Amino acid sequence: MKSESPTVQRIWGTARWKPGASRLRLRLLAKRIWQDRVSYLMVAPYVIAFVTFILLPVLGAIGLSFTFYNMIETPRYVGLLNYIYLFTEDDVFMTHVLPNTFTFAVIVGPGGYLLAFLLAWLIAQLPHRVRTVFSLALYTPSMAAAVAMSAIWLVLFSGDRVGYLNSFLLGLGIITEPINWLHSVQWLMPVMIIVTLWSSMGVGFLAMLAGILNVDPQLYEAGRIDGVKNRLQEIYYITIPSVKPQMLFGAVMAIVNTLQAGAIGVTLSGQNPTPNYAGQLILNHIDDFAFQRFEMGYAAAVSVVLLIIVYLSSKLAWAFFGPKEGE
Amino acid sequence: MRFRLLRMDLTQLILTLFLSMLAVFMLLPIVFIFMQAFKPLSELFLYPPRFYVMNPTLDNFSQLLMSVDAAVVPVVRYLFNSVFTSVVTVVVVVVVSTMVAYALSKHNFIGKNAILNMTIMALMFAPQAVIIPRYIIVQRLGIIDTYFAHILPLVAAPVSVFLFKQFVDQVPDDLLAAARIDGASEWHILFRMIFPICRPAVSTIALLTFQAAWNTMEPSIYYIENEAMRTLPFFLGTLTSGLANNVAGQGAAAAAGLLMFLPNLIFFLVMQNRVIQTMAYSGLK
Repeated sequence: MKSESPTVQRIWGTARWKPGASRLRLRLLAKRIWQDRVSYLMVAPYVIAFVTFILLPVLGAIGLSFTFYNMIETPRYVGLLNYIYLFTEDDVFMTHVLPNTFTFAVIVGPGGYLLAFLLAWLIAQLPHRVRTVFSLALYTPSMAAAVAMSAIWLVLFSGDRVGYLNSFLLGLGIITEPINWLHSVQWLMPVMIIVTLWSSMGVGFLAMLAGILNVDPQLYEAGRIDGVKNRLQEIYYITIPSVKPQMLFGAVMAIVNTLQAGAIGVTLSGQNPTPNYAGQLILNHIDDFAFQRFEMGYAAAVSVVLLIIVYLSSKLAWAFFGPKEGE
Repeated sequence: MRFRLLRMDLTQLILTLFLSMLAVFMLLPIVFIFMQAFKPLSELFLYPPRFYVMNPTLDNFSQLLMSVDAAVVPVVRYLFNSVFTSVVTVVVVVVVSTMVAYALSKHNFIGKNAILNMTIMALMFAPQAVIIPRYIIVQRLGIIDTYFAHILPLVAAPVSVFLFKQFVDQVPDDLLAAARIDGASEWHILFRMIFPICRPAVSTIALLTFQAAWNTMEPSIYYIENEAMRTLPFFLGTLTSGLANNVAGQGAAAAAGLLMFLPNLIFFLVMQNRVIQTMAYSGLK
């Protein structure tokens, strides 16, 4: 709030630990906190909510992952047992869930992200009025809730002859037999990916679009004078460096979206586990163990693994787009 | 070669054509939900199925709104729960997020950086990943089966806080210093100056929060056992289970889906300029 008084600053900045000084420091600390009480009042509701619904659940998941817990008895400490089981004996996890998650996450995450950047850049090349129409058209699907759209997907991808897609493809002669899109091992995953990509041009896409539109046109002119020859060089040397902060935000949003889309397989196929685990992602695995088998400790261990994967992906995004030294 | 009428060059024209095709593809499912919602029963049963609706009717909506079985809660109740919890959530989140964003942006206090760093790390937080401890916490708070279970978990909104903070960063410090010299309190500055100046950002977080609250199924599935306290998305979820074999239900499900989708769309269309304006400042530095 107000900048601290010079004395406070001097003592805070230079004080070394001395037996007599610690009481003084404590008093100054209390004084400083009292001075800033308005600030603390302003952040209090958010911090309380944050601790209750984000921080504690994450810590709770970590804690529970070392226990056996079935919601009835009190949790019993089992050490690393859940993790050992997860990586050595949970065949479903190793042979289906992890590979599925990897395929899904790579295509929908980085793939969808590149697509969003590319489309944002293409749209930015157009005159203003056309631009608005296209950005609206691309953003609109991301507003539709997964559950609202499932009313449509289930009908479009219906597995018999009456299904709209089947009927359309049969009519064109592309297929001769109706395909059971949502319950076949071969097709569930592609449908999940298409449906998720379809709705992935959300906040991150808008952020990158706004960022690209805000690049100073003089930079491009200066670039041309300095020998930038074509559009590709322009993107590489001027657009990307200027939009880096928005690209980082977009990348973070892409990670969240990918994570949140994790339930789509169950929504589409209408069953957990999905047919032959074809669309089983980590999130479904957690749900399966937590709310169908009531093995909460084990489910918590799986969610901790998920959190670590998400954290590492974000580190990767920061490494790519985060501010470098001197920026 | 230039096309005078459109004021575009050739590359732009090709680009426009390509993007138009893409836009049509993107909007097709949205158009389809409108078509389905207005189809009469005879057209839902049509073989081969037809994309377009020939004789639009409101039957699906009236069927949806009138269905009051003995055991089941009327749709209007789900609708009320959805509207009520979404609106309250938006108001609470906007007030809470702007307060903390202003303090993080313009004040200097011990712990500020910790809060800021936690918020940035939590940008990618997805509640589904830690649903078990969240359930336990909601249960311990004793808010199972109350509207609080719908609202409170959404109050911790790192994305809103972050977006708003980035926007407040643009407000010149001199302006605030001048107001302080004139004797304005911090609350006065926040609600009488920051709020009006940052109206685009306020609209944006209101929109994002509304979408999150309106679309979420998490509270209804996990924290609510009383059917009368559940929201529209949950009801829609019950409609869509087994939908492929229930052609008669497809119209009502599409109508409910449309009911879910329209508020989001209208809200966004009203706000879109402000949203784009806010997004320009969304960069993570």
